[in-house]
Amino acid sequence: MAVVFDPLREGGISSPRNPLVNSEDRDDGQSPPQKGRSAFAKTCTNLAPAGISFALLLIAWELYACLGGIAPTVLPAPSRVLAQAWENRAALAENTLPTLRATLCGFACSLAAAFILSVLVDFVAPLRRALLPLLIASQTLPLVAIAPLVVLWFGFGLLPKILLVALVTFFPMMVALVEGYASTSNEIARMLAAMGAGRRRIFWAARLPSALPYFFAGLRISITYAVVGAIFAEYAGAAKGLGIYMLSAKNNFRPDLVLAAVAVSSALTLGLFGLAVLAQRLAMPWERAGREDGPSSKGRP
Amino acid sequence: MTRLAMTRLELRDVRKSFGALDVLSGVSLDVREGEFVSILGPSGAGKSTLFQLLTGAIKGEGEMRFDGAPLDDHGGRFAFMPQRDALMPWRRVIDNATLGLEVQGMKRRAARLRVAPLFAAFGLAGFERAWPAELSGGMRQRAALLRTVVQERDMLLLDEPFGALDALTRAAMQRWLETMWQANRWTALLITHDVREAVLLSDRIYVLSARPARVVAEVAVPLPRPRGGSAALAREAAAIETGILDTLLGETNSPTGETR
Ligand SMILES: Nc1ncnc2c1ncn2[C@@H]1O[C@H](COP(=O)(O)OP(=O)(O)OP(=O)(O)O)[C@@H](O)[C@H]1O
Ligand SMILES: [Mg+2]
Repeated sequence: MAVVFDPLREGGISSPRNPLVNSEDRDDGQSPPQKGRSAFAKTCTNLAPAGISFALLLIAWELYACLGGIAPTVLPAPSRVLAQAWENRAALAENTLPTLRATLCGFACSLAAAFILSVLVDFVAPLRRALLPLLIASQTLPLVAIAPLVVLWFGFGLLPKILLVALVTFFPMMVALVEGYASTSNEIARMLAAMGAGRRRIFWAARLPSALPYFFAGLRISITYAVVGAIFAEYAGAAKGLGIYMLSAKNNFRPDLVLAAVAVSSALTLGLFGLAVLAQRLAMPWERAGREDGPSSKGRP
Repeated sequence: MTRLAMTRLELRDVRKSFGALDVLSGVSLDVREGEFVSILGPSGAGKSTLFQLLTGAIKGEGEMRFDGAPLDDHGGRFAFMPQRDALMPWRRVIDNATLGLEVQGMKRRAARLRVAPLFAAFGLAGFERAWPAELSGGMRQRAALLRTVVQERDMLLLDEPFGALDALTRAAMQRWLETMWQANRWTALLITHDVREAVLLSDRIYVLSARPARVVAEVAVPLPRPRGGSAALAREAAAIETGILDTLLGETNSPTGETR
């Protein structure tokens, strides 16, 4: 059946004066250029309170450490931590790299495994019933007890760290993906099926995109565990790394260096978190389009 | 004119129950080539269930024929517009419109070229690259309809396309759809529970009872088109509407057979 249109008859529909197309909608769709700058300004405004409270905390700590008469070997002032961190920057950097490598490798493996397994589990229902309880059980393992064992089994190299990072980061992403697939609207799936789409097409066109918001929520949780997981693994045994650095600094009664290493690991985590947020923005541009839209088009029943 | 046209869709005594819940208890209807037919019935009667049977999402009993052949292979016959617009929020409007063509195997680029010229007629010009979240309710409905008609299937199945719209937008959309239909003469089956909408758009109307649904009346609407802005037709249309409303409301008290 051909689709024929009479331009004279239909012309009125698209004219700006048509009541169906109100001017608000037009502005919304056709003025994206300012969005970038206002979004940046908004981000700055959003971050300001957190920066202020963090600065106040540091100032209070500094005053307490200086005026409270506490020995720097017990509680060093932030200024001392900073100074020592700068002095030991070479050693810190040298120990940061292995931790970062373990974190990224472990996280990449975890991400790949979570995706592949989630797809398998989505396509093969019996597999879901077989695997999910196992995965939940894996989350009950106490890391403190497991880390030395993994090191015992796999040595002091990269592998045990990757495994431990994967162990702590895998689950939130896996669960998020599985739940995300299940959140696919029935209506969309049914419509695709009516169009003649098969199981695989429906997965790529509907189930996977539906899972993205869930996935990124899981990713943000996971990524905050990743650095801590790597440090834990190094604590249990490593040649180099922030974990082993902290351990030896503590044994040498250098809380300032322990705190310096903690600051580095926090910075790593924050950086990775920022990357995750950025990745989400790039992967889901429609999300912000929806949020910036006025209530006019969302307020309908 | 439509009397002579060939019968395309034929349902005979179609039944469906979900466990103990009888939803359809013997629905029979026909749709002819180029005919606009509406199914009118109370909420929860089983109208959407009937479409699910047609698109093959679920199985039921009874006979369903298309062009005389049993409707086993559901693919390729119907372009289906679900009750809620079912636009994918992660696809731009134009890529939502091309979805059906892509599923049929067309490359996205080619599909875009095919769909783009139709945006003006659907009141969506300039919104090709917008996200569905940036559209108003009426525009979303038109985008969903565009996605449905570009599939160029034998027949349109429209499930309450305007049910979620405010009264003013709905009235405008109904007139717009009538104009579009006059230009294209799609063979269409429309589900609605808006009596006025059914009378404005349809050649014939099947009135369903409450669940378990069966056809309680088949009403022909022999009014000339376009019916939209014409005051002269309003009285005749109103008479038909009243008749249908009486059937719908009276049906619960005294079940009647066919009333024509
Ligand atoms: N998959 C299902 N399993 C069980 N019951 C179902 C299923 N689908 C529909 N029903 C039931 O069938 C009945 C009819 O549903 P249907 O969606 O067809 O109604 P409808 O006529 O389209 O109503 P509305 O006008 O509100 O859309 C309802 O009572 C519903 O609960
Ligand atoms: Mg329905």
